[in-house]
Amino acid sequence: MTMQQIYLAIPLLPLLAAVVIGLFGKFLPRAAAHIVTIAGVAISFVLSVYVLKDAMVSLPYNETVYSWLKSGNFSFEIGFLIDRLSAMMMVVVTFVSLMVHIYTIGYMHEDKGYARFFSYISLFTFSMLMLVMSNNFMQLFFGWEAVGLVSYLLIGFWYTRPTAIYANLKAFLVNRVGDFGFLLGIGLVLFYFGSLDYAAVFSVAPQMADIQINLIGNASWSLMTVTCILLFIGAMGKSAQVPLHVWLPDSMEGPTPISALIHAATMVTAGIFMVARMSPLFELSTTALSFVLIIGSITALFMGFLGIIQNDIKRVVAYSTLSQLGYMTVALGASAYSVAIFHLMTHAFFKALLFLGAGAVIMGMHHDQDIRNMGNLKKYMPVTWITSLIGSLALIGTPFFAGFYSKDSIIEAAKFSTIPGSGFAYFAVLAGVFVTAFYSFRMYFLVFHGKEKWREVKHHDAHHDDAHDDHDHHHGLSPTDDPHEPGWVVKLPLILLAIPSLAIGYLAIEPMLFGDFFKGVIFVNSEAHPAMQELTHHWHHIFHSATGMAIHGFMTLPFALAASGVFVAWFFYMKRPDIPAAIQKRFALINSILENKYGFDSFNDRFFAAGSRFIGNKLWLIGDVKIIDGALVNGTANLIGKLSLVVRKLQSGLIYHYAFAMIIGVFLMLTFFSKV
Amino acid sequence: MLEYFLQHILSFSIWLPIAFGVAVLFTANDNKPCVTRWLALAGSIASFLVTIPLYTHFNFADGGFQFQERFLWIASFSINYHLGADGLAVPLILLTSFTTVIVVMSAWEVIEKRVAQYMASFLIMSGLMIGVFSALDAIFYYVFWEAMLIPMFLVIGIWGGPNRVYATVKFFLYTLLGSLLMLVAFIYMYHQTGSFAITDYYQMPMPLNVQVLIFLAFFAAFAVKIPMWPVHTWLPDAHVEAPTGGSVVLAAIALKLGGYSFLRFAMPIAPDAAHYLSGFMIALSLIAIVYIALVALVQKDMKKLIAYSSISHMGFVTLGFFIFNNLGLEGAIVQMISHGFISAAMFLCVGVLYDRVHSRQIESYGGVANTMPVFAAFVVLFAMANSGLPGTSGFVGEFMVILGAIQVNFWYAFLASFTLIFGAAYTLWMVKRVFYGEVANENVAALKDLNKREFLILAILATLVLALGIYPQPLTDMTNATVNQLLSHLSHSKLPAGF
Repeated sequence: MTMQQIYLAIPLLPLLAAVVIGLFGKFLPRAAAHIVTIAGVAISFVLSVYVLKDAMVSLPYNETVYSWLKSGNFSFEIGFLIDRLSAMMMVVVTFVSLMVHIYTIGYMHEDKGYARFFSYISLFTFSMLMLVMSNNFMQLFFGWEAVGLVSYLLIGFWYTRPTAIYANLKAFLVNRVGDFGFLLGIGLVLFYFGSLDYAAVFSVAPQMADIQINLIGNASWSLMTVTCILLFIGAMGKSAQVPLHVWLPDSMEGPTPISALIHAATMVTAGIFMVARMSPLFELSTTALSFVLIIGSITALFMGFLGIIQNDIKRVVAYSTLSQLGYMTVALGASAYSVAIFHLMTHAFFKALLFLGAGAVIMGMHHDQDIRNMGNLKKYMPVTWITSLIGSLALIGTPFFAGFYSKDSIIEAAKFSTIPGSGFAYFAVLAGVFVTAFYSFRMYFLVFHGKEKWREVKHHDAHHDDAHDDHDHHHGLSPTDDPHEPGWVVKLPLILLAIPSLAIGYLAIEPMLFGDFFKGVIFVNSEAHPAMQELTHHWHHIFHSATGMAIHGFMTLPFALAASGVFVAWFFYMKRPDIPAAIQKRFALINSILENKYGFDSFNDRFFAAGSRFIGNKLWLIGDVKIIDGALVNGTANLIGKLSLVVRKLQSGLIYHYAFAMIIGVFLMLTFFSKV
Repeated sequence: MLEYFLQHILSFSIWLPIAFGVAVLFTANDNKPCVTRWLALAGSIASFLVTIPLYTHFNFADGGFQFQERFLWIASFSINYHLGADGLAVPLILLTSFTTVIVVMSAWEVIEKRVAQYMASFLIMSGLMIGVFSALDAIFYYVFWEAMLIPMFLVIGIWGGPNRVYATVKFFLYTLLGSLLMLVAFIYMYHQTGSFAITDYYQMPMPLNVQVLIFLAFFAAFAVKIPMWPVHTWLPDAHVEAPTGGSVVLAAIALKLGGYSFLRFAMPIAPDAAHYLSGFMIALSLIAIVYIALVALVQKDMKKLIAYSSISHMGFVTLGFFIFNNLGLEGAIVQMISHGFISAAMFLCVGVLYDRVHSRQIESYGGVANTMPVFAAFVVLFAMANSGLPGTSGFVGEFMVILGAIQVNFWYAFLASFTLIFGAAYTLWMVKRVFYGEVANENVAALKDLNKREFLILAILATLVLALGIYPQPLTDMTNATVNQLLSHLSHSKLPAGF
């Protein structure tokens, strides 16, 4: 096989599997659904690893597959750009996807949509691969929307549930708001650069840095700032940044495996990937980077707060995902693109692990998702317990774990950044460390330690009552039952994901951040944005190695914050459960703000959703029905009718009336013509 | 033999379906509809096959008229039987002959009364519309243009819903009033040039005020047909009352007659006026895209919703015309073809539900996906295409027009891009209310999934929607030379020397 055939095979195998199972799944035995799709994605994974190894030694591959459309001077193509960035993304995507495929055998085994589910996740894998392998903006947009489609289909997988079909419509529309900006950004790129090909655009980008455009009146704007902010609005939709984050928590209505794959590990990081890919453009506008930085820090901190008060196990993890996406965005804003991608990778492993672990807990609890009904599960589900603990430790940034290396680097990058907003960003990511540790271990302790609370009275959270993952008539564990750990198809992915969650940071930090892994792929203007240079300086002069960084990490502020977060969580929820209740009462206002998620949802419902329906109704009933049809169309008909009533009276049928009119006419004509 | 056929291929394309239509009328017998149905199907397929060589024998490098036929028809007014097709007309002719096959299939056992007349109407209408797309003589064109109204009038008036009389009269008067002004324009130009040949009009210099009047006369005819805001209100009424086949032809082809004619007449004959009035035309297009999308959002009747969605999508066609660049014009043509597939599919889907439940109201349904899973899969695909999802044909035209518009004015593209949000909102909200959720009532519980005939129709359309979305280049290869020629023609002023 030539490399080109391998590149083609990697996305097409999952597509083929998805099509076969999607069209013929119901004629095939049930097992065919997972055999075919797993075979497809497994081969893709192996080939991706091979491609990554190849990319380490050879030059980037950048070729057209076929010409999609030609119009005038513009041509749009489908093609691949395979460099280390895309190769690394391909490995992450296919690996997590493979794990999720295997896990799904266990998680969905009773569901009647078994084949449909496998078809969807394979289709997702194809779309995500097309997105990361693209060599141009158009194909990027293709993949971008295609993953959005699959996300829509999977959030609404249980399409009889009102909450699920509300959530999937919301997710699609909010993402479309982001795409609105993204498409306009692509339009500006095509207009000013004359091409949508990455290589062509990036090579002329530096000459475009000083171009000013007029959008409103004579006020001139930097082209790069406008373009980059528009592109970033697309990323805000897909990567769920404030204020376009509202769809992600609701997306938890989907089955848990896709929460891990789509809404944690891969699709939601597409925005991060996109900005890193566009680094040659973003580097040209400090204003745009500043915008990115501030949006990221708001998301990192304020979404973390919301994780504290959630009682649904999946929603805790969802808000933690939002907050971590904010961290990645902060890294982008600080021009530390490689750090953002590094965190993207480590996060993909440990967050997929946490979600799949949560799924295992949900299965063990017979589809009760309320963490207040759990407790002491470590006794019954040891593998889930250990792997979830590893995931949580990685998430809060414990030295030597994967998350430590990436997260600490983000904090350092924010500290060294000099662009406007970096002070706030540094504060936000630091405070976020405490918050993350607190909500993660609140959940961990409530689930795995303490009393076996399902044996007592059940909690039913008023807000998420019908939001539970309760397909197939599960209503939680009865007080006399013991939870059981699911079988090997569930445990194996947990273990395989726990390994990189432990080790990948230690192994990868040096080459990815300080070596030349991203050389020629990611571009940083070190003079204007020195954070990455400072970081490298630190590494070489203080840390020297990954071990050195971890040992140093025990003496830093972030570690102290994380440790105190864990301690407070333990103290509040294991030792003195009366304290959080008292705080909730004492600070009722803050609690209700958090309960209402800062009011974004109700504002959007009342202002945007109800507003457009209101305007639509007015335009229809007043514009169309009353004015155009009522006054103009039927009005004209009525007017003609009335006129003819008048005119009809003239035709009286009496000769002398006509004779009289004729004589008047003759006189008038004589008068008129005699004057000439 | 083959040579003779190729020389007269446009005549065959026009008259073969009409001949079959007349033949079908002779089989009229509602007790034995099978003969009629099979004859109509054979006729429509034959008529479709006849048009295929228009693609296979098309010279892609030539932007002018190909497959020309010409002889004198009425000598005293020098009216010619003159046919020809370019890269703009051929895709629309193929769309027309293809859609007729779909319509005949869709009517199969659904229409039980006056089957022959129904089938014949569509076959004859197909020939007449191909006539509109290929006539190069103004009067000849005008005859086809007006004649195709008659079968459509009959289809809505005879097989239509309860309020069909109001709808047909509104439809007829709206379109007739507009076309009369077009006739006046033709007569004026005949007086000036002594010819009814369209190509002569292309060369005819005219001062700006005359051009503006001519343009507005054409505008009256074509804007109603497309329809553009604010002369669109006939369309939702006509769709609601029309039988499924009528809606399909109306949306898939009849609207394109207006779009086609802008490019064939109004713009090249009065290019200076087209530039002069472009701001006005763009404003109307953007109003259609945004205003009509909001109106679509609140519709309670599925057919009305899709009708408004059609108007909104046609806004992209007119926007693409009047930004005067390749991306815009070709995008508009792609959008016309794509909308032909998607709107046909959407109306057929409503027809599938209507045939079973006899309601078009969204509130009569809920949870249809439980009882009709295969059908729901098709609907989701077409709904996504209607929302402009990449990979479906619905994306291509909108993408091109938006990218073309941004080159003229950022804010045109900005307003047009609202379709990304609103288009998805009204389409997917309807899908949610009709297809998702628990089974809403007994009617929905009793639904049977698609039969083989319905499956075949929707599968063909789905294939085309995907094919055009994944690989649109064959279509733009056809239109490329024609669009280049048209743009260069439009860039030359036709004002007489001294003005």
